[in-house]
Amino acid sequence: MKALRKLVDNLKPTFTRGGKLGFLASTFGAFETFLFVPNHTTKSGAHIRDCNDMKRTMIVVVLALLPAMLFGCYNTGLQVNLEGWTAFFYGLVRFLPMLATSYIVGLAIEFVAAQLRGHEVNEGFLVSGFIIPLVMPVSTPLWMVAMGTAFAVIFGKEVFGGTGMNVFNPAVLARAFVFFAYTPQMSGETVWYSTWKMFGATDATTGATALEQLATNGSMQWSALDAFLGFIPGSFGETSTLAILIGAAILLFTGIASWKTMVSVFAGGAVMAYFFSLLGCFEFPAYYHLLVGGFAFGAVFMATDPVTSAQTSTGKYIVGFLTGAIAILIRQVNPAYPEGMMLSILFMNALAPLVDYFVVEANIRRRANRVKTVK
Amino acid sequence: MSKTIKLCKGLDIQLQGAAEKKTTVLPLASTYAVSPLDFQGVTPKMLVKVGDAVKAGTPLFFNKNNASVLFTSPVSGTVAAVVRGEKRRILAVEIAADSTIAYEEFATLDVKSATRDQIVELLLKSGLWTLLVQRPYGIIANPADMPKSIFVSAFDSAPLAPDYGYTLAEDKEALQKGFEVLGRLTDGKVHLSYNAEAAAPEFAGVELHAFKGKHPAGNVGVQIHHIDPINKGEKVWTVGYADVAILGRLFLTGKVDMTRTIAVTGSQVAAPAYVKVVAGAKLDSILAGNLVENAHARYISGNALTGRNVGAEGYLGYYANQLTVIPEGDDYEFMGWAMPRFNKFSVSRAYFSWLFPNRKYNLDTNTNGEERAFVVTGLYEKYLPMDIYPMHLLKAIMAGDLDKMEALGIYEVVEEDFALCEFVDPSKIDMQQVIRNGINLMIKEGE
Repeated sequence: MKALRKLVDNLKPTFTRGGKLGFLASTFGAFETFLFVPNHTTKSGAHIRDCNDMKRTMIVVVLALLPAMLFGCYNTGLQVNLEGWTAFFYGLVRFLPMLATSYIVGLAIEFVAAQLRGHEVNEGFLVSGFIIPLVMPVSTPLWMVAMGTAFAVIFGKEVFGGTGMNVFNPAVLARAFVFFAYTPQMSGETVWYSTWKMFGATDATTGATALEQLATNGSMQWSALDAFLGFIPGSFGETSTLAILIGAAILLFTGIASWKTMVSVFAGGAVMAYFFSLLGCFEFPAYYHLLVGGFAFGAVFMATDPVTSAQTSTGKYIVGFLTGAIAILIRQVNPAYPEGMMLSILFMNALAPLVDYFVVEANIRRRANRVKTVK
Repeated sequence: MSKTIKLCKGLDIQLQGAAEKKTTVLPLASTYAVSPLDFQGVTPKMLVKVGDAVKAGTPLFFNKNNASVLFTSPVSGTVAAVVRGEKRRILAVEIAADSTIAYEEFATLDVKSATRDQIVELLLKSGLWTLLVQRPYGIIANPADMPKSIFVSAFDSAPLAPDYGYTLAEDKEALQKGFEVLGRLTDGKVHLSYNAEAAAPEFAGVELHAFKGKHPAGNVGVQIHHIDPINKGEKVWTVGYADVAILGRLFLTGKVDMTRTIAVTGSQVAAPAYVKVVAGAKLDSILAGNLVENAHARYISGNALTGRNVGAEGYLGYYANQLTVIPEGDDYEFMGWAMPRFNKFSVSRAYFSWLFPNRKYNLDTNTNGEERAFVVTGLYEKYLPMDIYPMHLLKAIMAGDLDKMEALGIYEVVEEDFALCEFVDPSKIDMQQVIRNGINLMIKEGE
């Protein structure tokens, strides 16, 4: 480690502002702080600090995404009639290029933006960049992933000032961009199955996703257990509710995601689905809605984004509940597109500041009313 | 007896180096100092020059913004130096001390029969007026004001804080006298809050409140919020518990006696214990021979969350009842953010502190990461036991939005109330500085 530290120390003057390559200071800083937690000490205020930082926070979220990602790879192979490890490696070979594309495009933009502003590179994209390929249909072309990522990072995040300032969740934005910009390629049945012929993969018996089958036929060809475990076609990370719940457990145990948002989304979805089921809109059990499509993935990993969700505790219950409820509402009343989670999250991202505004106003009124009650 | 106020929010940070209950009376130090940095919003104007002889209680400088507020010497001796920093700002007035303290003699007043004006005048003249702190803003009280009430916290809940029940055990008489003085200064009540887990103090003329909970339950600001919150236009005063005894001594003896029993704490102190010293003593007189070997340390007058970094050559602060010495953390840690970090503390279960609830930590001054924008939400609220949205208040201050600051509770907080939020913040924002900036802006705009 000492030799590495020495090397970094030798290079540092070159990359410090004023040095020969001083214009690359942010880039150098990002790599340096990746290797070594900096020797910064407290200057004012509390002399001691908690050892948690943004890097750790973000890496725990990536860890929580791993079960969904690993299962997603396996399931991708499974859907083209492969088994066991072959299925997994087939999926992995499909997934990794998408992940690499997302990270390369996204981080390149992040580095350039940080460089232009003279800021440090933020860690937020470690998570967004991992989620983007997980919410894409299996056979999304790489150039679309790149376009979606670029749009999300530039217009979803950097124009607002970077991580912490964005209004919309970048990963949802990337998915929405791809969906609306390339609708012909992104709809239909084949997009959910891989067409690559390797490791002995054969053509999948393509068919509608579970969600589409429920929307059109009122039933699906899989059992609820299959849907829960994830043996159904869909985007990489969204199919297995079980794998997602393992991730949820990690996020909730470490305290990094808010249980208030997460539980409220499921509650909102359940209430809305039960409501439609009472109305007789569908015959299948209401809880199917929580198992299929991107509902669980969105609830656990996207609706809980602390920056774009509500920032007050009361707001989290409200925004979470509405996110779940509106997702099911869209699924039921919008005939064009069976999935509602993506639009619901975007919609509530836009409304979250308003909800927070009213919650904070209530606090302000409480404080103002104190005077009246005293006198 | 009022009912116990229970606070669920907060955090007790377990540090190594708690003071053993054993008090050594230290001989007088060679030099003492009074630093204007210990007081908020004070522009000092010198009243003495280098070489002047002073007694304990002789004015050294006054506050340009309020000329009646004098700052007096804690010991007798000669003015050795006026230390100045950037733009000739006065950082400290150093006094080379005599071998025994000679005191200015102030006429003792009968607290009951004297007028309020006489009491105020004596406090101003002796320099002990500076022990009265005004809320909002945490600045020295204005002698022209009549406070709504006065609040005293009888316990300190900060990391490694001194046990006032122990340090002030022999000052009962002075404390009682001090509370009588406070009672004359307000037409409202004198509130005394104590730790519900300790015995209730017994003083006449105070209203007792019991508080139970983790730090910051002992912060007077948190107590005010739960007893009788400050609204716009109201002013209350706060006094430290040990400072009440110092006030009392003045009225009992006619002398400015700034002797305090302080806790010498922290992992870099070889034998942490209590010592009896006069405020402003040079640190080496307290720490000589009592540091661990090769200590590369930070010297904090006060506690590790809110104290002032005074350096090894520095002086004990004016209000300090505690001295903390902890390791500096100015080294690099390879891939630290990816490591298990068993020896570091985190409230987040992203690390493993939750496995060792009773462990005591040797924390250093490393920030453990770089500063970032606000990202996490819902975390700060858990460490501020007030009905205040901490992140919204901080953002209002950063934006310089005075109306929002006022509406969101700037009148009720000072730096120390945000110390725990700052400690847990994964974005490493210096929140106490933000709060002070906000308060300074409010004062400036209010003029």
